[in-house]
Amino acid sequence: MKKVRLATVWLDGCSGCHMSLLDIDAGILALAQQADIVYGPLVDAQEFPENVDITLVEGAVSSQDDLNRIQKIRGRTRVLVALGDCAVTGNVPAMRNSIPVSRLLQRVYGEGPTGKLTMPTDGVPQLLPQACPLHDYVHVDVHVPGCPPSSKAILALVQDFLSGRKPEIGSTVKFG
Amino acid sequence: MPAKVFSIRIDGELVKATEGQTILEAARAAGKYIPTLCYMEGLSAVGACRLCIVQASGTDRLLPACTTPVQDGMSVTTNSPRLAEYRRIAVELLLVERNHICSVCVSNGHCELQAMAQSLGVTHVRYPYNYPSLPVDMSHERFVLDHNRCILCTRCVRVCAEVEGAHVWEITSRGIQARLVSDLNQAWGDARSCTSCGKCVQACPTGALAEKGRSVEEMEKRCDHISALAMRRGVLA
Repeated sequence: MKKVRLATVWLDGCSGCHMSLLDIDAGILALAQQADIVYGPLVDAQEFPENVDITLVEGAVSSQDDLNRIQKIRGRTRVLVALGDCAVTGNVPAMRNSIPVSRLLQRVYGEGPTGKLTMPTDGVPQLLPQACPLHDYVHVDVHVPGCPPSSKAILALVQDFLSGRKPEIGSTVKFG
Repeated sequence: MPAKVFSIRIDGELVKATEGQTILEAARAAGKYIPTLCYMEGLSAVGACRLCIVQASGTDRLLPACTTPVQDGMSVTTNSPRLAEYRRIAVELLLVERNHICSVCVSNGHCELQAMAQSLGVTHVRYPYNYPSLPVDMSHERFVLDHNRCILCTRCVRVCAEVEGAHVWEITSRGIQARLVSDLNQAWGDARSCTSCGKCVQACPTGALAEKGRSVEEMEKRCDHISALAMRRGVLA
């Protein structure tokens, strides 16, 4: 049987959703028999590959780099899953959204105890004006809210997908 | 003169109701579930949240069950794909209007808005978030008002006016600018009419009103106590 190509992505989130994914414990062995994890923080691939069957995305779209990545990922994946509240609602990263980015950076990097401007400029992606849910930028096939979603909900979702069923998320998950 | 007894149908089932009862009261008395957020048993009904909308024979308009009186012979539908869709829209619009960050909210896990979203199967919001910049009033000795979580249901306004008799709370401005205010738009800590009884906190369905010192997930409300108290005092005779 051909294995399903599964990817995971970590945008502006805390990695808690990936921790919840790892919390499926021994379930990951059964998963590994049916799916290859082809990209994500848990594996070594540098470039998001072509022809991915399902991608679980954690985190909000907060920077230009996040935006470039999610657009490339959308073009290369068949089913895109917004995993967790940051990807679904913006959640904690979006708490900065009522503050202009310049003011935010000034407050964080310029008004520290030394009063010296320590803002990094090289090699860091530009922040977008607001941190937003994935579906503000790309089509999302399945939304799984939760902070984080339970490992049970994640496993059920992946198993549904592997066995060709349409995932029933509905009232099994909640925000927060 | 005793109230007239009406015969109505709720989801096809024949139910007895009394004149002057609302559709919601008649439905609950018959054991039927209609979702509500701004309604609180024992307080006056205002029809603010639109979660309790139902379909009734003779009109295409959807009617709020909490403020619509029963009429003899009426036939009411409490659930349908159309109603479910409008209820989801109502919840989604509440979620986009302010900053409902469930994961860091004192009421996470005990919030009626969060539970309503879950029970209606709202897994995401289809409208752009508003991300308003809103203050948190920490001036009261024991309680906190977080405008980010307020859904303007006015349960606090009504419990304070109708049960405590203090009428500290009111809504000022209109539409998207509407805000909960204490006394004459003073900080809560400066509101001299407040008796610090805490009924508003217990009646609040979200984390907008909370006890100080509560951390994430720690604020459990006792709405049942408030309703019991309101009923005992015969607020709605």
